[in-house]
Amino acid sequence: MRDVAVIGVGLSAWGELWDRSLRDLFVEAALNAVEDAGVDSVEAIFVGCMTGGLFAQQEHIGALVADYLGVAPIPATRTESACASAGAAFRTALMAVDSGNHDVVLVGGVEKMTDVDGGGATAALAAASDQEYEAFHGVTFPGLYAMMARAHMAKYGTTREQLGLVAVKNHENGSKNPHAQFPMKVTLEQVLGSVMVADPLRILDCSPITDGASAAVVCPLEMAEKIAKKAPVRVTGSGQATDSIALHQRKDLTFLESTAAAAARAYDMAGCGPGDLDVVEVHDCFTISEIMVMEALGLVEKGQGGPAVEAGETALGGRIPVNTSGGLKSKGHPVGATGVAQIHEIVTQLRGEAGDRQVAGARRGLAQNMGGTGASATVHILEVA
Amino acid sequence: MLTTARFWRETPQRYRMEAGRCTSCGKVWYPPRRICGECKGREFETVRLPDEGTLYTYTVIRVAPTAFVDQAPYAVALVDLADGTRIMCQLVDCEPEEIELGMPVRLEFRRILGEGEAGMLAYAHKAVPKR
Ligand SMILES: [Zn+2]
Repeated sequence: MRDVAVIGVGLSAWGELWDRSLRDLFVEAALNAVEDAGVDSVEAIFVGCMTGGLFAQQEHIGALVADYLGVAPIPATRTESACASAGAAFRTALMAVDSGNHDVVLVGGVEKMTDVDGGGATAALAAASDQEYEAFHGVTFPGLYAMMARAHMAKYGTTREQLGLVAVKNHENGSKNPHAQFPMKVTLEQVLGSVMVADPLRILDCSPITDGASAAVVCPLEMAEKIAKKAPVRVTGSGQATDSIALHQRKDLTFLESTAAAAARAYDMAGCGPGDLDVVEVHDCFTISEIMVMEALGLVEKGQGGPAVEAGETALGGRIPVNTSGGLKSKGHPVGATGVAQIHEIVTQLRGEAGDRQVAGARRGLAQNMGGTGASATVHILEVA
Repeated sequence: MLTTARFWRETPQRYRMEAGRCTSCGKVWYPPRRICGECKGREFETVRLPDEGTLYTYTVIRVAPTAFVDQAPYAVALVDLADGTRIMCQLVDCEPEEIELGMPVRLEFRRILGEGEAGMLAYAHKAVPKR
């Protein structure tokens, strides 16, 4: 297997962008990534997209973006793993390069979420749950995570305030990220007083609806040193795993087995553990998710996610900064694009280009992306080459 | 949108709470499967799930999907049935403040969706507090 490096990253504009189409958003992100890499061509494309069909009545995303990038006839494939679609695209791109099938590959993700109304978006996202045994009963994604939150609170004593502090921290970080969709800071009182969506989760516990795209360029490490404009970032670990699609089949509702399994593989491949990381991006689609992911990644013991957030361990300047970008919560969550946007943040940190939110001397970072209620998960570890 | 065939395929589970019990390891799967996730066995007997259990966890949906907007707010729960099988269903006939984890509940056959934009009239089981 060849060592693989990320040599370029890029994002499109993110937000409620009524004037921008799905194809346009991806092309913008891709051009930014290619420009950042300093290459003038790519050999293949892998693009994550959760549900172009339900959000924008557009499938066949691979060919669409290759066409509008003007790079046909190169191969282009869309990957789908719900909100982990871009994480899955990134892992697929790694496998295309480390196997020797391709050298320079463009990878990314896109989601155009605001062409449907709130009910339509809720229904589209619910398609990532078990349609017949969860969504059928009227449960929503906030509702599914709310059930996990209540179980976690009952088992470990995680408090409503600790959930709120995840949002406070991530908005604080997002206020330092020029790219964040919701860069305003929020107070704990604001979170606890915001509108209830699915008890005990309130609107400020939830990540937003976002139009946006992300992209990265990967190639063999050996080649990176010759062709890249900036110092390459090496991908040292990659893992992906699954779990039951429906919550009622989980052995332990309070633990994200798929994230733990993906992380175990990534740590093993990278020859490191949770204590060796300088910066981490996790899939905080809801505040409870960040706490449960921290536990599944081994950043803290089971049940200790809430107290660690409360103690500031995961804040900028803390023991292990989590979601320096602002996370899905503040930066935004175009579902099919999120996984590679997390890679974008880790690369930015490892290059020392993160400005006010820079983790000093960051040399190794981890990005965790998940789909549904954790039925899919990817974990990637990146290091200064 | 819920269509007739899609609903019809699940009627044994929704009307009669039928599950598949693996004949080699005894694990009960709801809904039934072709391959046992525990032992990979492929032979199952059809069993009916018990209609009583306790509340494991729940939420109250206040921002509902389009088809359920008229019902909001409503509680959805994970219920541990008497045989140990866990299912998801709505929890009705009680106010949110009356709900407590561990409370005993009973399953009743109720209407899930009215006919209209959501598709067809759909029935299945919901949990109610056992008083
Ligand atoms: Zn079995």
